[in-house]
Amino acid sequence: MEETPLQKDPAEHSATTPTRREVYEAGVRRRSIRIALISTVSVILAIVVLVPLAPGWEAVQRSFFNGRVFAETFPGLLEAFLMNVMIFAWSAPLIAITGLAIALCRDTRAPALFPLRLFGIAYTDVFRGLPVVLVIYIIGFGIPGLGLPRPWNSPYIWGTLALVLVYSAYVAEVIRSGIDSIHQSQRSAAASLGLSDQDTMRFVVLPQAIRNVVPANMNLFIALQKDVALLSFIGPVEIFRQAGVYKSLYANFTPYVGAALIFLALTIPATRYADYLMNKQNRARS
Amino acid sequence: MTAKLSLRGVRKRFDDHEVCKGIDLDVAEGEMVCLIGASGSGKSTLLRCMNLLEPIDDGTIWLDGKDISEPGLDPQPVRQQIGIVFQSYNLFPHMTAAENVMLAPRRVRGLSREDLRPRVTQLFTRFGLGDRMEHYPDQLSGGQQQRVAIIRALAMEPQIMLFDEITSALDPELVGEVLDVLRDLRKQGMTMVLATHEMGFARELADKVCFLDAGRILEQGPPEVLFSEPRERRTKAFLSRVL
Repeated sequence: MEETPLQKDPAEHSATTPTRREVYEAGVRRRSIRIALISTVSVILAIVVLVPLAPGWEAVQRSFFNGRVFAETFPGLLEAFLMNVMIFAWSAPLIAITGLAIALCRDTRAPALFPLRLFGIAYTDVFRGLPVVLVIYIIGFGIPGLGLPRPWNSPYIWGTLALVLVYSAYVAEVIRSGIDSIHQSQRSAAASLGLSDQDTMRFVVLPQAIRNVVPANMNLFIALQKDVALLSFIGPVEIFRQAGVYKSLYANFTPYVGAALIFLALTIPATRYADYLMNKQNRARS
Repeated sequence: MTAKLSLRGVRKRFDDHEVCKGIDLDVAEGEMVCLIGASGSGKSTLLRCMNLLEPIDDGTIWLDGKDISEPGLDPQPVRQQIGIVFQSYNLFPHMTAAENVMLAPRRVRGLSREDLRPRVTQLFTRFGLGDRMEHYPDQLSGGQQQRVAIIRALAMEPQIMLFDEITSALDPELVGEVLDVLRDLRKQGMTMVLATHEMGFARELADKVCFLDAGRILEQGPPEVLFSEPRERRTKAFLSRVL
């Protein structure tokens, strides 16, 4: 029982009296915090003092930061934002499924499935090569133009489909990079056990690949959440369109600022979370 | 006596580098053969050729008198009969140890987890890992991971086991526990081929030791002969460096 106090001693030492190293590091830390604080405060002060000195500041303040307009339009904007959430909610799973399917198409090796592979390549090339808004116009206006019966003539449906098509191409590429990132030795190990190529993909490669690309895909879905606003160009009254309506009604730009705040309230936490996942993964690898 | 596994004139080339330059080798049933030689002498490639992970360019491999080196032959049934364990374990990191072991028997032989559970538990217990079945690979030490990899290969009930420098990535104090597993398999009469740097182990247990040099088997024989009275100058030079 003599060992116990001996082992405990260093721990107690560091808990009560800090080592020389700890004292030094604490000093460095305090100094960094002080410098960062001073520089941040001076930048903010400069902005607060200098910006209102600009000649047009009063006009800008009136038309962009009008408290009354903000208070009156904000609830309406929030309500319109539900439409964005809806569009996102049903397009995101479709994108995940289609993206995975396209990625697997591109990875087929059997000669009989060559057309699938060709399709996968053409698909990703075409939809990554077009501006999202162009695809939304072509599909969102083009397909309802075929004279389909209600509800199939709704630009809401076809506009969302356009988003699904474009984002699937990006998700497919991300998943494919995840598949490539799995080391050959994992496939060797699976093959040496007699597993078929399909089983190797399904049980060994894909589960690891998809885990590896979760952060990258999170970033894509954050971008999707913002691009839902592009549907406003072809009809659905989502938040961006609603802000435009309010702008005309009040002859004031404040509703746009309100819409921006609503977007940020959602995207900033999501981005932070994606970064957190990415860092966690990098740490796990090193 | 006919050999369990027989290689004649096996050649393997990667781009313009020929790694195996005509290998002849016979492995009898229940025999333990050790391949020794410097890094890059072709030991690992030779093992990978034996269970068709690498297609050979020329020569023939017979398993139980059946030519398995025929181009276009389905490699899967062969790989079920010849298990391999790698230097870097190559466990599936997203599965528990038990799931690693059960995946191939489930998918290839269509057995259920319930069918497999007793036998798998018995294998884990036999190799001292009874309490590690539900751990993930990164929660296990190198020696434990390598033992799981051996169990994973054994679960397919292969007739031959290949071991590719399976102790080289381990800390010295963990080597022993893995070699004990090999001793155990040897006692059971498993047919084994090892690429190894563990000369003491090869000397103690091998029936036959082959010295590979630049893609050829330069010399082979029982360990007591090869280690004590090597004929070739290069064998002597190699042994004097490692012993």
